[in-house]
Amino acid sequence: MYDTIIIGAGMSGLAAGIRLAYYEQRVCILERHYTIGGLNSFYRLRGRDYDVGLHALTNVTPKGTKTGPLARLLRQLRLKWDDFAIAPQLGSEIAFPSKRLKFDNNERTLRDEVAWVFPKEADNFDRLAREIIDYDDLSETHAGISAREVVSSIIRDPLLVEMIFCPLMYYGSARENDMDWGQFSIMFRSIFLEGLGRPAAGVRLILKHLVRKFRALGGELKLRSGVKRIITENGRATGVVLDNDEVLEARNVVSSAGWCETMRLCDDGQPVLNSRAPGQLTFCETIASLDAQPRDLGHDLTITFFNDHDKFAWQKPEELCDLRSGVICSPNNFAYDSPLDDCTIRITALANFDRWRALEEPNYRLEKLRWYDRICESAVRFVPDYRAHVTDTDMFTPTTIVRFSGHDNGAVYGAPEKQFDGRTHLNNLFICGTDQGFVGIIGSIISGISMANQHCLTRA
Amino acid sequence: MTPAEIREEVLDILSDIAPDEDLSNLDDNVRFREQLELDSMDFLDIVMELRKRYRVQIPEDDYINLASMNTTVTYLEPLMKDIQREKV
Ligand SMILES: Cc1cc2nc3c(=O)[nH]c(=O)nc-3n(C[C@H](O)[C@H](O)[C@H](O)COP(=O)(O)OP(=O)(O)OC[C@H]3O[C@@H](n4cnc5c(N)ncnc54)[C@H](O)[C@@H]3O)c2cc1C
Repeated sequence: MYDTIIIGAGMSGLAAGIRLAYYEQRVCILERHYTIGGLNSFYRLRGRDYDVGLHALTNVTPKGTKTGPLARLLRQLRLKWDDFAIAPQLGSEIAFPSKRLKFDNNERTLRDEVAWVFPKEADNFDRLAREIIDYDDLSETHAGISAREVVSSIIRDPLLVEMIFCPLMYYGSARENDMDWGQFSIMFRSIFLEGLGRPAAGVRLILKHLVRKFRALGGELKLRSGVKRIITENGRATGVVLDNDEVLEARNVVSSAGWCETMRLCDDGQPVLNSRAPGQLTFCETIASLDAQPRDLGHDLTITFFNDHDKFAWQKPEELCDLRSGVICSPNNFAYDSPLDDCTIRITALANFDRWRALEEPNYRLEKLRWYDRICESAVRFVPDYRAHVTDTDMFTPTTIVRFSGHDNGAVYGAPEKQFDGRTHLNNLFICGTDQGFVGIIGSIISGISMANQHCLTRA
Repeated sequence: MTPAEIREEVLDILSDIAPDEDLSNLDDNVRFREQLELDSMDFLDIVMELRKRYRVQIPEDDYINLASMNTTVTYLEPLMKDIQREKV
């Protein structure tokens, strides 16, 4: 009998596991995949290290900062700032056809840029920044408020509104074309007021610290151990059945599999699909290895969020991918102590899960090649053309994301409707991670910590 | 444990929770929240550490007693007087 069983060894599951194991619970993390990391894992291909997702960590504040999610999670997990060794971004950009805005980890940069590019909006932008809600003041009421309405009531120029939304949606909106005001505030704070950064060793460093800590505290991690079913009895979860029919019992179950995904696992016939719409927003990502540092090719920005017309569409595309917008990231362009050996440019584009899933081999492979080229072609309208320097490529699609994470539709930010308190219809089954409410790497770690604290620590 | 030992122990817990804080100038009369950047998650950790180290159970309604060093030590004294301090 475990005190707590955690479904999923992604960021949120590992963080929850550390909290509980630290306070001497018997904890077991069950992961269907053969490796940890979920939506943000890592792999090796033809002699090179790759991260599945990581462009940048959000919420990056300098060493010694005592408030904010990064400081909070380091304290809660008893990690040192230096464990993650986060290098700050060099500087990023929001690029639209007629205007560009730069920003970096000094919040004044964006403010000054707005004042320069949109002189009439300078005061309004300050007003918007003042309206942004603090993390600790967020409540469920903010979830019902349309961020577009709030922002448009403060900022007059519709182009600036679109430019502000573009990065925030790409890095954290599960909702099509709008965000909840609370989620907007979180993302605004974590990207524009705090900042972006990356450990030189990428996501593997973060995952290694998490898993090592968890194991050192006596936590059990079972890979290749998918949960097939959550056993319920009188309004409680009593345990889980694994894909190999093994049964494990627990006092509490915490699931990072997603809301609908978790409901489907419950064996009490809990209605799933009608209760909550699954997310639709998913990505293709192209990864190009280069024979030169991006800055030697004239590209020294960390991330470029681009959109090729004045309105930004954040919705499921009709075609396999939406080429109108995207995110271009160079992992090389962070302020590391010494430059990375591997030179890389990654591009994220919105994708349509159903259309990718409908493809069968060899068409799937063919379309991957075709869309790899199209996405790169689309991106080089906004950054120097690096294509002559490509030595190797990789690409993943929404179906890859499903394979790695089990999330319906490959929805990277989960379902639009969140369950902020993590509670379900069973009084000892809780959800954490993406569908609880916090997204991104830092967000999902915070989610795991707070769900473990609120529901499993004090009750054991 | 004597009140002085309890104080030492709480200091040790605080340095564990917030390793970057300088605790040498801690004013025992002033709320932790005002001197240290502690949030509700950190307060939960003080409670959990006491439970982990000494099996002291603090009900949620009593958390308010952990406001400053003085109120904490006063509150813990009857709960911890028969407990031996562990050598750390
Ligand atoms: C392409 C891409 C780029 C990204 N870039 C960034 C970025 O630059 N910065 C950033 O902060 N965030 C980024 N993210 C988002 C970030 O990766 C996620 O928000 C975060 O990793 C979510 O963690 P999680 O724990 O909530 O969920 P997951 O990582 O999805 O964890 C869930 C885990 O549960 C497992 N699981 C599911 N069902 C079962 C079952 N039945 N039994 C056992 N195990 C199960 C899954 O295999 C998975 O490992 C990116 C994501 C993607 C896909």
